[in-house]
Amino acid sequence: MSIIVNNVIKGFSGTEIIKDISFEFEKGKTNLIIGQSGSGKSVLTKCIVGLYEVDSGEVIYGGENFSAMNKSERKKIRTQIGMLFQGSALFDSYSVEQNVMFPLTMFTDMSKEEMLERVNFCLERVELENKNHLFPSEISGGMQKRVAIARAIALNPQYLFCDEPNSGLDPKTSIVIDNLIHDLTKEYDMTTVVITHDMNSVMEIGENILYIHEGENWWTGDNHSIVTTNNQEIGDFVYASEFMKQLRGKLI
Amino acid sequence: MNLFEHIGRFILMIGQAFKKPEKWSVLRKNFIIEINTIGISSLSIVALLSLFMGAVMVIQTASNIDSPLIPAYTVGFATRQSMILEFSSTMICLILAGKVGSNIASEVGTMRLTEQIDALEVMGVNSINHLVLPKILASLFIFPFIVLISMGLGLIGGGLIGTQAGIITLEKYIMGLQYYFDPFSITYSLIKTLFFAFFIATIPSYFGYYVNPSGGALEVGKSGTKSVVASSMVILLINLIITYFLLL
Repeated sequence: MSIIVNNVIKGFSGTEIIKDISFEFEKGKTNLIIGQSGSGKSVLTKCIVGLYEVDSGEVIYGGENFSAMNKSERKKIRTQIGMLFQGSALFDSYSVEQNVMFPLTMFTDMSKEEMLERVNFCLERVELENKNHLFPSEISGGMQKRVAIARAIALNPQYLFCDEPNSGLDPKTSIVIDNLIHDLTKEYDMTTVVITHDMNSVMEIGENILYIHEGENWWTGDNHSIVTTNNQEIGDFVYASEFMKQLRGKLI
Repeated sequence: MNLFEHIGRFILMIGQAFKKPEKWSVLRKNFIIEINTIGISSLSIVALLSLFMGAVMVIQTASNIDSPLIPAYTVGFATRQSMILEFSSTMICLILAGKVGSNIASEVGTMRLTEQIDALEVMGVNSINHLVLPKILASLFIFPFIVLISMGLGLIGGGLIGTQAGIITLEKYIMGLQYYFDPFSITYSLIKTLFFAFFIATIPSYFGYYVNPSGGALEVGKSGTKSVVASSMVILLINLIITYFLLL
């Protein structure tokens, strides 16, 4: 099921950060929210997952108006959401196994054996077998991201949000994470929303892209159309470095 | 934010904390972990402080009694009154407000900073209930025991120094401890402790939970300081109010 954002406006202390954004995040695709730092990507995402209340407009999950729901009504939707945070947001005092098991403990009536089976399946899926008893401080940043992905998919979510999944990772590990997110999206037929300003990610997995500029929906398209667009703002974003500008000259 | 806005938000947080937990088994597990973090890990410092304070009280009381008209057992009596009525409850709780309070504020504040609280909320977990309620329950459960242990150790410390330094005989000291003993003084002390325990758990949780994440580690440090100052002030105020109503 898709996520539809209709005329969302959000501000803080009288300053409008998100200015009337409408967009559809499509099911079974990796949808990207891109834009420069401070453009409002994270605020929009937090509005979509309900960490911030929208000032006006609506967020619709699979036909249900999430913005109009109360806290207990939202809980049903929330259990269908998995989220990967920028800093992984793993619980420091829990081991890898306990982190992945956490949503299962909270929201299912599975037995300990069933939960362990599911945890091992999720860890295998992100290629982290036999790391169950390590703590977040004992594993690398890339591994932490993969544990966070395993935790996010533990409940078989319909919606996956990834807030800058590649921040702090080397280019090679970034591509591993990008491909993992992309593969999981296809495998579980999820609606995935990735917030990024990494052009490698955009080119690798950007199937449906929303470009935000100063809180506005500036451009929409995919990873093919973004390199050929004549939009000056997008051009400056995609071809930011001198090297890329020269490359653009050869491409277009 | 002004003081009234803080109080309003604090009350709303308490309301969230006392909502029905998602899973009782998770609450039970977290409750046991918090008993260890808040209570058991504080026992050594409480024991040390109580033994030494009891000993110092005996020496100070004895050194201030010049008149031969004042009986020797007064040393035991004064030590008992000081330990039970004030030191073991108020002073120990003030010390724990520093030790436990800064620990809670930095733990919860770091969770906010590293988006762990956001992760809980996105999953649909009531983060305040999940993080704060076990701390409140553990504090309410373990603090009275800590205070009782402190009372006992303080009186033992006083007895040890009194007898070993030749200040008072053991018989006279015990007579002083028993002289005009009103069991209500222990009840009064434990009632105070329950109030202190509640605020030692909740005030640092509040400052940690609402820390400004964009301020980074600096803000977490500030939240620890603010929580210790605020909980110490609340302890002193509650001490005055309860003492006024229960002892006057």
